[in-house]
Amino acid sequence: MNEIITLAHGSGGETTHRLLSEEIAVLYASEAQWDDAAVLAAHERIAVTTDSFVVSPLEFPGGDIGKLAATGTINDLVVRGARPAYMTVGLIIEEGLPLSVLRTVLRSLRSTCDEAGAAVVAGDTKVVERGSGDGLFINTTGIGVISAAEPPGAGRVAPQDQVIVSGYLGDHGVAILAAREDLPLQTPIESDCAPLHDLAHCMLQAGGEGVHAMRDPTRGGLAAVLNEIAEYAGVGMNVDAQAIPVRPQVMATSEILGLDPLHLANEGKLVAFCSSQSAPKVLQAARRHPLGRHSTIIGEVTPGPETRVTVRTSLGTTRVLSMPAGELLPRIC
Amino acid sequence: MDKVLREEPEAHGGPLGCRRAANLMEVCGTHSHAIAQYGIKQLLPQGVRLISGPGCPVCVTPVEIIDLALAIARLPQTTVTTFGDMVRVPGTDSTLSREKALGRDVRIVYSPMAAVETAVEEPDRQVVFIAVGFETTAPMVAACILEAERLGLSNFSIIAAHKIIPPAMRALLQSGEVRIDGFLCPGHVATVIGLTPFARIASEFGLPCVVSGFEPEDIIAGLRGLLRQIDDAEGRGENAYQRCVKDKGNPRALATTDQVFEATDANWRGLGQIPLSGLRLRWAYSRFDAERRFDVELPTPREHPGCSCGSVLRGLVQPAECPLFGAACTPTTPVGPCMVSSEGACAAAYRYEQ
Repeated sequence: MNEIITLAHGSGGETTHRLLSEEIAVLYASEAQWDDAAVLAAHERIAVTTDSFVVSPLEFPGGDIGKLAATGTINDLVVRGARPAYMTVGLIIEEGLPLSVLRTVLRSLRSTCDEAGAAVVAGDTKVVERGSGDGLFINTTGIGVISAAEPPGAGRVAPQDQVIVSGYLGDHGVAILAAREDLPLQTPIESDCAPLHDLAHCMLQAGGEGVHAMRDPTRGGLAAVLNEIAEYAGVGMNVDAQAIPVRPQVMATSEILGLDPLHLANEGKLVAFCSSQSAPKVLQAARRHPLGRHSTIIGEVTPGPETRVTVRTSLGTTRVLSMPAGELLPRIC
Repeated sequence: MDKVLREEPEAHGGPLGCRRAANLMEVCGTHSHAIAQYGIKQLLPQGVRLISGPGCPVCVTPVEIIDLALAIARLPQTTVTTFGDMVRVPGTDSTLSREKALGRDVRIVYSPMAAVETAVEEPDRQVVFIAVGFETTAPMVAACILEAERLGLSNFSIIAAHKIIPPAMRALLQSGEVRIDGFLCPGHVATVIGLTPFARIASEFGLPCVVSGFEPEDIIAGLRGLLRQIDDAEGRGENAYQRCVKDKGNPRALATTDQVFEATDANWRGLGQIPLSGLRLRWAYSRFDAERRFDVELPTPREHPGCSCGSVLRGLVQPAECPLFGAACTPTTPVGPCMVSSEGACAAAYRYEQ
């Protein structure tokens, strides 16, 4: 009989204790404090972010929800120029989840945190009745330490900044869609899910304060990031369609399904907005990093007050790049 | 061609030169989308207009079909399966996505065969597929019906709402509401039915009809063909998508469709009733017809009173001319199907041109 999660695991009694001490404990460093709150030392400026992860399926080519829950939060910290230090992990587990799946997920969460130097210091585990969840939901909160005097932030983006993306866009979105719908793709596409602490560090080292802002284009893709920053900073943007890196198979799958690769989620990519002086150095540093080999400058920031994001097409014409609207739905023919 | 266009995008008499004003209709929604996506209207010579036509399957599906799907979705032990765009199109009193949020079993599928598989896996449920689309999707749906028959499935059926394109093109020309000087004809549909049906329209009406593919270069080639014919006062069928389209189309796909479906009069949103412009299940397969299988009561169909989709589909109104466009009606809160569908003219205009 395969071991599964039952409501007893969430009851607060002996079974809960065993789940925490035998399974969930894998997340924590050996010196973890088993108290009601973790006590952390903080002498510097800190960055905090939180995110909940509800991906289906739980395991997909290139990762699983554990790796995703760690990278998502780590990447939100690193794009603010913060070094990931601590993490909290909230698990909402649906009754019936095989223990083997939980173990795999916890292991990849832990190893991704280790890779980025973040220690899991607090957590919570709940079990909900069958039908009330989708196997497993994870919330992570990350705390990072900022050393730079002027960390990157959307408010610093200015006209003439160069827009750099760190590699192929849309891989994660297509990988999840293909896994969820069992799409028969000729060339399988893996999620780009990866922690970007090191890549971001290298880019910041190279560009210093010339790196005005960074974002990880997750849900909503590049289109959402460019539009959000344009609106926040009161600037426009113009990007070159032919410069934007998209794998041919991602492009083909998107075309068949009527989706725009620029709306698809990424989990291992950075978008950086850099002063024109620093951009070549940042680009060079990114390209030397294994996770940024395909980095490229895709366009530049234009003066406001028009906060429109436009794309130069392969025909030399111009069109608008808009925010994705609602759920991404595949088309008919 | 790229280079030439970039060097003289606005040059009169350039690659898209034409000596007179002309209204060209792109029949297909995928063309409308690509034209907006690549900013192709910026390359047109002065006086030449592109008008979106009725070739968006979600858009031309009348509200009573949505109402039928909604009513079936509300029945117990029933699963309604559909291509994605349909779930957000408003019916008279709800949408499928709203019904889904209320707990009805509405599932988005990527292929009609997935609906057949669901019927096999869940024999206790009635699985209904909303079969909308044109000549392109009809063969797939026909193949599903044949498969359902082979498997002896009694819990699979379709809402048969397929439409065929050439009768709608004729109806538009006959109505005379809009001056159309040439049709950019749909490459996907032509891949199935061939060039011949479009060439026939061309010779009946003395009107240039050019079949084109969907890459920007294909569309430019198609438009170039149309403008040349107009300049030379010609009106014939022309194939600018030869790598996919043959004169006689795809005989196997046509035979499969013909085995399962027969032509019938159909109601189009905006265009109204058009003789022999729809597909219904032949008598031998009528047991797979959801409309026959389920006895449901339908409301009197009602569309949003301010919605201009009907006029947009006839080419009378450009999306931005609709008073609701971009205000009450956006892709997030669509009032009409042309704003919902990724092939809809309003969605394309909102997304790329606003």
